[in-house]
Amino acid sequence: MTSHVIIDRTAKYVTIICASASFVILGAIFVFTLREGLPAFQAIGVIDFLFGTEWRPGQEMFGILPMILGSLLVTLGAMILAIPIGIACAILLAEVASYRMRQIFRPAVELLVGIPSVVYGLVGLMLIVPAVRQIGGTGFSILAASIVLMAMVLPTVISISEDSLRAVPRGYKEAALAMGSTDWQWIWHVQLPAARSGIVAGIVLGMGRAIGETMAMIMVIGNSVVIPDSILSSARTLTGNIAVEIMYAAGIHRSALFSTGVILFLIILALNTVATFALKRGLKAHHVA
Amino acid sequence: MEYKMQTRNLDFYYGPKQVLKQVSITMRDRQITALIGPSGCGKSTLLRVLNRMNDIIPLVRLEGEVLLDGNDIYAPGVDVVEVRKRVGMVFQHPNPFPKSIYENVAFGAKMMGIKDKAYLNETVERSLRAAALWDEVKDDLDKSGLALSGGQQQRLCIARALAIEPEVILMDEPCSALDPVSTLKIEDLMQELKTQYTIIIVTHNMQQAARVSDRAGFLLMGELIEYSETDDIFSRPRDKRTEDYITGRFG
Amino acid sequence: MSPKTVQKIANVFVWGGGVITIAILLGIILYVLIQGVPSLSLEFLITPPKGGLGGEGGISTAIVGTLYLLGVTLAILLVPGIGAGIYLAEYARDNRFTRIIRYAVETLAGVPSIVFGLFGFALFVTSLHFNFSILSGALTLVCLLLPTLIRTTEEAVRTVPRSYREGALAMGASKWQTIRHVVLPAAMPGIITGIILCAGRIVEETACLYVTMGGSSAMPTSLFSGGRTLSLHLFYLAMETRAFDKAMATGAVLIIIIISVNALTNWLSQRYQRKIRGG
Repeated sequence: MTSHVIIDRTAKYVTIICASASFVILGAIFVFTLREGLPAFQAIGVIDFLFGTEWRPGQEMFGILPMILGSLLVTLGAMILAIPIGIACAILLAEVASYRMRQIFRPAVELLVGIPSVVYGLVGLMLIVPAVRQIGGTGFSILAASIVLMAMVLPTVISISEDSLRAVPRGYKEAALAMGSTDWQWIWHVQLPAARSGIVAGIVLGMGRAIGETMAMIMVIGNSVVIPDSILSSARTLTGNIAVEIMYAAGIHRSALFSTGVILFLIILALNTVATFALKRGLKAHHVA
Repeated sequence: MEYKMQTRNLDFYYGPKQVLKQVSITMRDRQITALIGPSGCGKSTLLRVLNRMNDIIPLVRLEGEVLLDGNDIYAPGVDVVEVRKRVGMVFQHPNPFPKSIYENVAFGAKMMGIKDKAYLNETVERSLRAAALWDEVKDDLDKSGLALSGGQQQRLCIARALAIEPEVILMDEPCSALDPVSTLKIEDLMQELKTQYTIIIVTHNMQQAARVSDRAGFLLMGELIEYSETDDIFSRPRDKRTEDYITGRFG
Repeated sequence: MSPKTVQKIANVFVWGGGVITIAILLGIILYVLIQGVPSLSLEFLITPPKGGLGGEGGISTAIVGTLYLLGVTLAILLVPGIGAGIYLAEYARDNRFTRIIRYAVETLAGVPSIVFGLFGFALFVTSLHFNFSILSGALTLVCLLLPTLIRTTEEAVRTVPRSYREGALAMGASKWQTIRHVVLPAAMPGIITGIILCAGRIVEETACLYVTMGGSSAMPTSLFSGGRTLSLHLFYLAMETRAFDKAMATGAVLIIIIISVNALTNWLSQRYQRKIRGG
């Protein structure tokens, strides 16, 4: 009659092994990328790598500052556009829209998340790039990339902001309205500040996704390794750099691409930690209140 | 006399808090024993000690003995799964599985590895009859257990417990979530079941305890204050606290 | 400015946000469908692409590649993902090991696709000599998707009411019997939704596959063949050929798949809600 004890124990250990897989994989990613990237860090020097302005593999020059700027500017541009639109939409969903509207809206936002990045890139290529060309330059630009990236980041900002707004206790609203404030006054002066941590978390998570985006960026940003001097200038992102060159790179060049990967990994790690921290603070604030 | 189940000097702790104090109670075969008392007195805890359901809660500690047919079920090396097959339980809120009526009742048999269709069918019918539910559901065994009314769900849970062929049935306020008509049906059912099983029931409804049980134990703040034949407890309580509770002065 | 005026401006702002969002969504979907559907035909679906600047041919190899990849990835992913989810929901206690696992899952969830691609390139393609292949792509995807499946499984299992577990245990079922016969079946709709979610992401994923599957437009014949998925094919069409109409058509196919998968998931979760209530 102890067979079920054996089965129980086996089942438990099998699930433990499965759970360990995630830890093993994370460690492996860390180890492998670091191992491949270390030669480049050693040969080039971390400072020269991060702040070098020339990326010319043929001449053994590996500075990724142009790419850092490219990623940074595109992300900034995307967030500048996505934050107001996203928060406005979140307020709409949390406060203003009727139940039926929400039934339509939420699946729609989820749909946006599911559209492949290459489709965003394609639409960007066919619609946004020509439009930007009208303003100046080739059209393949930071501006075009920012617009495309905004569309990709919007759902993240909207859904997390909406959840944060909803989490603000209804009691605050009743108190505010009972004192004669308008809806907007309640939202602007009470609800948004109360939801601030969550909204910040949503923005930071959106930034993480923006920096990590690869294919859509390759399609609309031009991929030239220059220090961008205007939003109409072409550029290259950290992610694009890796994807475009990894297939044929060798030696130090290849190692440098892995180093870029390590840098990316660390940036995203930092962003995610900030976001989680902000989310937890937001939750604590409401418990105290 | 060999008692079917018995506790001896039972102390029970949730973490640092002592919930049962030196409880020694005997439960006889083919009888209904009722545990009564105000909320928080420990009667449900005592019930769950009897089939080791408290084991799944962290930080519990038990001292003393709990005997089934004279053997301590908390002795080291005792297979808790086997204990629970001999001591079945019906919960306060009916909790049929989200499966068909048939699957609910056959669950226990299937767990024991029985695959013979004929035997399963027979077990299901026998248990549903014993739970006085067969006539109402015999044409609809594939219907979801959750689609039944509250009283029917509880009888389904009883059938499910009976299908394991336990020796003791523990009932934790089985009727408190049900309407009066279903309650009476289940009380009648209990009278039939006691001819074959040992039944221990926790109830906060004193009239129910008086109606159905043969012996009753009154608990207050973790202590067994008084324990005797039901008629004696309700008409000639020996302890003043028992009398106060029964006459409704508290609880 | 009076509060009332501010309110009116605010309303415009808020509704504007909503309108823009919907406009973006509809704009993308409609644009791709309108541009792409005319080029869709049965022939398009079953002819292999012929490469070249004109982008001749259809997308049959990409469809097969996608399905092949889907099958292999899910086959490898299911046991570890669901197993880990069960562990976190049923066995894990508040100790160091659990915290490490949770941290690993959360961190993995945030790693960008291209970094997984680098990892896959270093380990599967190069070190293990699997080369550019379906297998390399699938293994890389498994690493990418593990957090998603673990999270959705854990949540699905946690939602199963405690009373079911207690009912089973009280009848003398062992822990594993309770999980296998009561908890898992009850959690199945949620778990399946999670699996469909992973399938959707496999179809849309590009970056990590770009560097692990190679760009071969030939029909994949084995685990070790290179190949393309629909997403990759769209990328190559857009970047290496002038065949934008074909790219749009591929995009249309992708959009149709995504919309169907979303609708399926929504319908499944609604059915699940009804079932819990005893429908």
